[in-house]
Amino acid sequence: IRSEARTISGAINGSRKTGKVITKAVAAQAESPASAASKPGHELLLFEALREGLEEEMDRDPRVCVFGEDVGHYGGSYKVTKGLAEKYGDLRVLDTPIAENSFTGMAVGAAMTGLRPIVEGMNMGFLLLAFNQISDNCGMLHYTSGGQFTIPTVIRGPGGVGRQLGAEHSQRLESYFQSIPGIQMVACSTPYNAKGLMKAAIRSENPVVLFEHVLLYNLKERIPDEEYVLSLEEAEMVRPGEHVTILTYSRMRYHVMQAAKTLVNKGYDPEVIDIRSLKPFDLYTIGNSIKKTHRVLIVEECMRTGGIGASLTAAINENFHDYLDAQIVCLSSQDVPTPYAGTLEEWTVVQPPQIVAAVEQLCK
Amino acid sequence: MACSATAKILQPLSIRSAEKSESCGKMLSPSSFLGSTPLPKKLFSVNKTISPLARRSATIVAVSSDVVKEKKLKSTQNLLITKEEGLVLYEDMYLGRAFEDMCAQMYYRGKMFGFVHLYNGQEAVSTGFIKLLKKEDCVVSTYRDHVHALSKGVPARQVMSELFGKNTGCCRGQGGSMHMFSKEHNVLGGFAFIGEGIPVATGAAFTSKYKREVFKEDCDEVTLAFFGDGTCNNGQFFECLNMAALWKLPIVFVVENNLWAIGMSHLRSTSDPQIWKKGPAFGMPGVHVDGMDVLKVREVAKEAVSRARRGEGPTLVECETYRFRGHSLADPDELRDPAEKAHYATRDPITALKKYVIENKLASEAELKAIEKKIDEEIEEAVEFADESPVPERSQLLENVFADPKGFGIGPDGKYRCEDPKFTQGTAQV
Repeated sequence: IRSEARTISGAINGSRKTGKVITKAVAAQAESPASAASKPGHELLLFEALREGLEEEMDRDPRVCVFGEDVGHYGGSYKVTKGLAEKYGDLRVLDTPIAENSFTGMAVGAAMTGLRPIVEGMNMGFLLLAFNQISDNCGMLHYTSGGQFTIPTVIRGPGGVGRQLGAEHSQRLESYFQSIPGIQMVACSTPYNAKGLMKAAIRSENPVVLFEHVLLYNLKERIPDEEYVLSLEEAEMVRPGEHVTILTYSRMRYHVMQAAKTLVNKGYDPEVIDIRSLKPFDLYTIGNSIKKTHRVLIVEECMRTGGIGASLTAAINENFHDYLDAQIVCLSSQDVPTPYAGTLEEWTVVQPPQIVAAVEQLCK
Repeated sequence: MACSATAKILQPLSIRSAEKSESCGKMLSPSSFLGSTPLPKKLFSVNKTISPLARRSATIVAVSSDVVKEKKLKSTQNLLITKEEGLVLYEDMYLGRAFEDMCAQMYYRGKMFGFVHLYNGQEAVSTGFIKLLKKEDCVVSTYRDHVHALSKGVPARQVMSELFGKNTGCCRGQGGSMHMFSKEHNVLGGFAFIGEGIPVATGAAFTSKYKREVFKEDCDEVTLAFFGDGTCNNGQFFECLNMAALWKLPIVFVVENNLWAIGMSHLRSTSDPQIWKKGPAFGMPGVHVDGMDVLKVREVAKEAVSRARRGEGPTLVECETYRFRGHSLADPDELRDPAEKAHYATRDPITALKKYVIENKLASEAELKAIEKKIDEEIEEAVEFADESPVPERSQLLENVFADPKGFGIGPDGKYRCEDPKFTQGTAQV
């Protein structure tokens, strides 16, 4: 019923060889107007959407501040904080020395005493150095203090496999952080949800880790002019369908949508959900989908071992086992330090043909 | 040696007169900043020649800072503290000691478990610094934090019941010995990993600066970070010294150098054992002070705290102190030389203050005894309170993991989106 091709609007030219992945992302709402006449809103790139969300929150609440390397005068290595230091001053957009563990701890201390800091890891992988503070302090202090102190921080940064960046700059830390009790994790994938999730994360009283992806920063989309805040725990229905539920997040959403085009041409009707909330999972949306389609495919960029897909598989099996007609299939990246060579790197992550093959196998 | 001419220097605590020749270096003004305090050789330590740079001679009569202009030069009649202050200091130190002794008793009786690190012997540092603070100032400590919490004002009964693991503890029994937090008294913990608290303290100091410069409030809150000698070899220490000095944060880094990190002697693990020297390397003053002498600590603390309040930036204060017990109650404490322990036992800060107060006629023996009795009763009452308090219920297990008032996001059907009942549930009022 809802599986017209129009909801897969937007050419997905996700060719790996041409640099930036996509020019037009898929609209999130099912009721998007069919007419492409002058739409309301304004068009911008994903990093600009993040910046807009950040700026709106910094305007709204003077306690919001940003800590990170090169966020101030340099404008952020991915330009997310460009112009903010000139507007808000050096103290609100703080250029820190290269001491991730300490400035993340500083953010925790500032959050405990009333500020709302946002910590930017220049690359998510650098936050491994801050793991002590993220795990012990961000995650645990609300609990070990008996609820006395809240840690309203946002920890964000670009992660994921990029364009031949080498092993250490291509890490997916979702799996490393997911067990930490006390932190929430979200992953954005479109300008619309990037801005919404950024604002929601800043307003949340919990420590939130916002995962962005290096290759998605130049996605362009038209977003509403009015202010909007998304729910941190809500998943996004990208494409409703009947045959199989495909759960994905971040960049793999685009690989899935590309595969979806092929699948539709082959006569399948996949339901694509961008789970967005990596911890906790939005089992409400996911459950409803499974109750409808009875088949699940998880496509993620995380590693196979102990990744988000693994946790999601376990959660679905425990909660929705009776509704499944087939085993859950999880496509993840290889458990390999991302190689430099382009061809090898391509084979590390899940590619659309693999998704198509998996769906065909699942729906047999 | 510079101290040969200083035979007439008055000591605030006369207990030390017997050791004048050996420890006279400590008579030198501890609060002459900019790392100029020369260090005497430590007993039982390897002789290290101290670099002669900026060796000041002790021309000052008593412990005073010549940086602080408003302090008049002390004569023999002028004392460092008034009677009220003396009694407050005595009471606080005695509270710390009595509390820790009671902790040991309770531990061996099986009322508390796990790792309990006692502060006996180091009370002068906690009292000397924390009694100068306002309620809004923040204190960050390590796992040896009972006394820091007590000095800051957390009621003894709350600390005791936290140690017993009862839900009336300051952290509802969820923190334990190593995680004492109090929002009301601005005790920001209690951290089990060493060095972990220093960035948190730096962040609290950052908030203070932020309030001053962004909110334009009249904020002069200061943060104190307490940590030990072992922490001074940790990266977080150096990173925070750098950031604090860079941004002139209102923080005082207090090193409680008790020479031992469990069984690792400070001298075996540190290339340059003089920790105060690391301050000037980052552009902040580094001061060494005798941490067994509460009055000296207090003088240095006054200077450091007022420096921070004025916005002049951080200070690194190294307090030479000693813990009379082992690292924790589980530590057999076999590596430390009994002679060393005996030496420091003669420098017990409480005995020293008592002697000072009595000799300078600030208070009578009876008054001090009255304080001791009051504290003993308070501790007894705290133990009773803790004993009678209820243990946390099962429902408390999953509370307070997240701060979101509704628990996790509510779905359109009014129930939590995350239907997995094994995940966390709501949050409680504290």
